[in-house]
Amino acid sequence: MQQLETLTREARALANGDVVPGSPEAEVARQLQICNACRYCEGFCAVFPAMTRRLSFNAADVHYLANLCHNCGACLHACQYAPPHEFAVNVPQAMAKVRLQTYTDFAWPSALGKLYQRNGLTLSLATAGALAFFMMLTLWLKDTLWRVPASADFYGIFPHNLLVSLFAPVFLFAVLALSLGLRRFWREVTPGRDYEAPVIAAVQGGAALEATHDVLRLKYLDGGHGEGCHNEDDAWTKKRRAFHHATFYGFMLCFAATSVATLYHYLFGWVAPYDLPSLPKILGAVGGVLLLIGTAGLYWLNLRRHPQHGDAAQKPMDRGFIALLFFTSLTGLGLWGARGTAFMPATLALHLGFVMALFLTLPYGKFAHGFFRSAALLKWTIEKRLPSKLKVGDE
Amino acid sequence: MSLDVLVIGGGNAALCAALMAREAGASVMLLESAPKEWRGGNSIHTRNLRCMHDAPQDVLQEAYPEEEFWLDLLKVTGGLTNEHLARLTIRASSTCRPWMIKHGVRFQPSLSGTLSLSRTNAFFMGGGKALVNAYYRSAEKLGVQIRYNAAVDRLDIQDGQFKAAYIGDERIEAKACVLAAGGFESNREWLREAWGQNADGEWPADNFLIRGTRFNQGVLIKDMMRHGADMIGDPSQSHCVAIDARAPLYDGGICTRLDCVSLGVVVNKHAERFYDEGEDFWPKRYAIWGRLVAQQPGQIGYSIIDSKAVGRFMPPVFPGIQADSLPELARKLGLDEAAFMQTLNAYNAACRVGTFDHTALDDCHTQGITPAKTHWALPIDTGPFYGYALRPGITFTYLGLKVDERAAVHFGGQPSDNLYVAGEMMAGNVLGKGYTAGVGMSIGTAFGRIAGTEAAKAALNIKDTEKQRAAA
Repeated sequence: MQQLETLTREARALANGDVVPGSPEAEVARQLQICNACRYCEGFCAVFPAMTRRLSFNAADVHYLANLCHNCGACLHACQYAPPHEFAVNVPQAMAKVRLQTYTDFAWPSALGKLYQRNGLTLSLATAGALAFFMMLTLWLKDTLWRVPASADFYGIFPHNLLVSLFAPVFLFAVLALSLGLRRFWREVTPGRDYEAPVIAAVQGGAALEATHDVLRLKYLDGGHGEGCHNEDDAWTKKRRAFHHATFYGFMLCFAATSVATLYHYLFGWVAPYDLPSLPKILGAVGGVLLLIGTAGLYWLNLRRHPQHGDAAQKPMDRGFIALLFFTSLTGLGLWGARGTAFMPATLALHLGFVMALFLTLPYGKFAHGFFRSAALLKWTIEKRLPSKLKVGDE
Repeated sequence: MSLDVLVIGGGNAALCAALMAREAGASVMLLESAPKEWRGGNSIHTRNLRCMHDAPQDVLQEAYPEEEFWLDLLKVTGGLTNEHLARLTIRASSTCRPWMIKHGVRFQPSLSGTLSLSRTNAFFMGGGKALVNAYYRSAEKLGVQIRYNAAVDRLDIQDGQFKAAYIGDERIEAKACVLAAGGFESNREWLREAWGQNADGEWPADNFLIRGTRFNQGVLIKDMMRHGADMIGDPSQSHCVAIDARAPLYDGGICTRLDCVSLGVVVNKHAERFYDEGEDFWPKRYAIWGRLVAQQPGQIGYSIIDSKAVGRFMPPVFPGIQADSLPELARKLGLDEAAFMQTLNAYNAACRVGTFDHTALDDCHTQGITPAKTHWALPIDTGPFYGYALRPGITFTYLGLKVDERAAVHFGGQPSDNLYVAGEMMAGNVLGKGYTAGVGMSIGTAFGRIAGTEAAKAALNIKDTEKQRAAA
């Protein structure tokens, strides 16, 4: 009976868009009720100004605010209600738990959302599978993993069209899955719902510019005072932001290298490998090195992270993703050195295996955080330009 | 190696003293009675500093000249202040912020819902706990020795001279000492004694909640009284506001305040109104409601609003008791239904509604009932209805040690030459009663810095004398 009542209550809550009692969303709603009566943290980031525009927090609000949160830790260390206080306010941790729920709930297809729940397993199986696949493929095609190739050309091992036929569908699927998930998030988690479409349209341009700026500069890891965020204690550090920048821009440069190479191949018929000082090589080399430094730094910081920051259960997801990026970059750079040597076939198989594992798990791993957070930031830059509907106190 | 300056306490004033003494070249030890996770005393619940300024600054609008600050202080204290020390505090507030920033404190614009303070008060980014964290980091970096769980229970004072402090049997000697260990508001026995018994035989203080730290037991105030130090302030006086009755016994802090009193009516446990809820703006009246509730039977009040008020006041930390009708609300609050309906019906009938405006002293008032409600009197007639139980919440006490402009403790009118005091333990010199936002931090910062400087000076003087004696 008890269980039936619980189920009925949950069903009703879901139908109303209310938070389900006992859920991660309910915990965020509970904490924000306390925060909204205090407001000391307003200057740190966008979460708290967005909070003050609300009196209560339904499921959509909670997912929006949770994805605005960058887990910088500032509000936890500043909180007079943080544990051991009986109010037990730990906003970054509660928000992190909801974000996992966001990724799970908004994954496409939704059945695969479960992959977030055991992400360490997901990533290791994907990596093991992809590595084994390319090792076997190499053996099958070349009978060996260990031989000086006839030419320095990777396509001598894996023909170009074979690689495209393997990677293009996986990559396009990842783009499709992420886009569909993001579209649903954008529609369902809409703070602008209470405003007329023309009102929103009038502010969209400026909002998009500001959001882009905030994303590209990681504005909300600056602590609101520009001194940085927290990692192991209540002191500020600029390291997290710097290493994240190295990772993000390293990744983007590598992506640019691949895109330019694709254009070279199809538009000009210039076939890889490219050498210095060609554009793909420069982009790839700089991006690869940045990615190595960034991910190594983020991993080091993650190991030293304050135990109350974020959700400990998500460490496998965070570290797994960091490791995938690191080894993708490492094997990519290794391939440069291994060209024309006996190491090349095996190194190539390794690199392609890591890239494949990365692509396969893009829509079901930490990679998704960037998309949901960017969307939440755009929502905020729109919302802050619209007049508040509250008339509280002497505002 | 012998210690130059011992600072007893771990909040804003103590940290300011420790930092200044260390900067002056003294060796410094700070004793915080709380464990590390509860360090900082009442300072962790603060959010700003009242600041004199003659022109707009980073987070401060327009100007707040010395004279205006002084008149504000004179008004809230009803003259129970020392003009010399008050003006010293005010002037110090205009110059201390660069020093605070140097030690890691950051400021932010006034919070939403506090526009009235944007001219007078500089808000700490992240609030008082962020400030306390910054000061501890800076103190550690400068080499201040910090001990937690270090509750001093008595001092060794001879002829007005500080000799040592005792933590149990452990004796800690130092050349000079700063006392900054807070008031006695967390000492329930003492509060009980100070408030006494009322005509109904109740001990009102038993029903008080403490808004701040549980560690302000007033141990050293008592010890200093035993040593015959000159005292100031009335022990029965404390800053007392009406807060949500469901607040925790300690450390409820700012979020337990309830801002809907002026939008409805407040009744006591007999369901009777007892004071004009609309006398003035809530920021100007919240401080008297603690005492008003404390004087009611059972030390409890009930703020009653209807749905018209929702969204017009700062959201409360706990949801109100909700009912679709007034009789139902009375039952849910445990109030006598008939008496409650009589009060509410009389009030509703007496409302003379003009143009409601909760941002001005509007013309909505009552006629023919006592007490009257002089502004914002709208009938409570639109469900759902909400009720919030109120209790007195003690923020701080006024009893403390008499000081001069050097923050020296006095014995029989004579200043000690190596014992100083700062913060809540001496705030009564400037703030004999009443309160205005952020002034406690202004006093703590000003006198903490003075006490630290003077203690370092005293310790280094003693050192010089000893050296000369040794050389001779």
